[in-house]
Amino acid sequence: MKAAIKLSGVVCVLAMLLAVSAGSFADLAAQKTAGAPLQVKIDNFTFAPVQLTVPAGTTVQWVNRDDIPHTVVSEDKTTFKSKALDTDDNFSYTFAKPGTYSYFCSIHPKMTGKVVVQ
Amino acid sequence: MTEFKKDEILYDHNHDGIDRRGFLKCMAWAGTGTLCVMKGGVLESFAFGGGVQLDPVKMKGELSFAQISDSHMGFNKPANTDVVGTLKAAVDKINALKHKPEFLLHTGDISHLSKPEEFDTVDQIIKGAVAKQVFFVPGEHDVIGDDGKQYLERYGKNALGDGWYSFDTKGVHFVGLVNVMNLKAGGLGSLGPDQLGWLERDLQGLSASTPVIVFAHIPLWSVYPQWGWGTEDSAQALGYLKRFGSVAVLNGHIHQTMQKVEGNVTFHTATSTAFPQPQPGQADSPGPMKVPAEQLRTLLGITDVQFKRGKHALAIVDSNLNKNMSSQAESTQSY
Repeated sequence: MKAAIKLSGVVCVLAMLLAVSAGSFADLAAQKTAGAPLQVKIDNFTFAPVQLTVPAGTTVQWVNRDDIPHTVVSEDKTTFKSKALDTDDNFSYTFAKPGTYSYFCSIHPKMTGKVVVQ
Repeated sequence: MTEFKKDEILYDHNHDGIDRRGFLKCMAWAGTGTLCVMKGGVLESFAFGGGVQLDPVKMKGELSFAQISDSHMGFNKPANTDVVGTLKAAVDKINALKHKPEFLLHTGDISHLSKPEEFDTVDQIIKGAVAKQVFFVPGEHDVIGDDGKQYLERYGKNALGDGWYSFDTKGVHFVGLVNVMNLKAGGLGSLGPDQLGWLERDLQGLSASTPVIVFAHIPLWSVYPQWGWGTEDSAQALGYLKRFGSVAVLNGHIHQTMQKVEGNVTFHTATSTAFPQPQPGQADSPGPMKVPAEQLRTLLGITDVQFKRGKHALAIVDSNLNKNMSSQAESTQSY
């Protein structure tokens, strides 16, 4: 009896998880179709979200809402490199290939973020 | 000359980091704090801030210069919408100093976005200073997007590498270091092996009694690494300076006055002429700190440095831009 209830509980949770992740991919797909890039907000010397997981081909847009300029530069300093972004400036990059892309602000190198492309 | 023991606190009865037997560790914050003054081997400490007037010990030195820093020309947000005005006020302050400075040191973040017009504006304003010669080192805001090319063209004509150099005047050896280039993700300021190699060679021929003044943008000691307030490889540089009897390290970057003494080395950071920043850990991030308008100029300022030979003393006086309240923080280290 107990085992049966437990199992159904697990199935419930699994079903919920599947629904949630399907929903997220649906959101992503909807955004892609809508043409709106995924946004990373820069504020308070932080990239938010600090880690972003996206499907290959996604365009990510960084928007600076801080009152100080920042840049978005890949760790290898060559893959992508924005110019100085003052308040309300933005920078976009399309991640064609899967991989893990660590980046930082070249003016304030303690600020780091990551885009995981699947 | 006296032998100096390794920096240590022997008697700290008041738990304030001050060894009243002679060695001192003293942090002076902008606006409030404790001033520690060594006079003839006797340590005196004073609390200052909030309108308390100190009687500055002015030593008529043989060498006098002023340090300004972090003018951030181009910044225009609420923390200070008139960085032109506050830089001009700093220049006025310099021109009003009792002992006219022979030259100026600008410890970086001259511009806010490395734009040509920003550099031009600073140059124009500084031209009004009584001291005609200005020595610069770049801040991270001066080398955005071009690996410092524009900075070097404007200010680095006689410099090496990314902009480092040294010069001598009246027997004092000055070294300008660059620690804002080639910064790595997650890292702090960086001097790099080429510059460190040059520094070692540059100091080699000097006698240990030569007073040395080093200036660089980011602090050469670990003020607050979480906010990038430190330099990865400064220990090596400080190693080369260890044998000298009198060393001062002048930095900017943190937009507040802070001071530390370690053995023969005095570390000092300057206020900004543009906007203040919070004290370490007092805010989420080290961004521009908004203060009531009437308070702003008390947190911006200049540093006046006097050197007197023989006493190996370096009188460093920070003064703010507020005309009414001349609260000055001074540290004098005598040997």
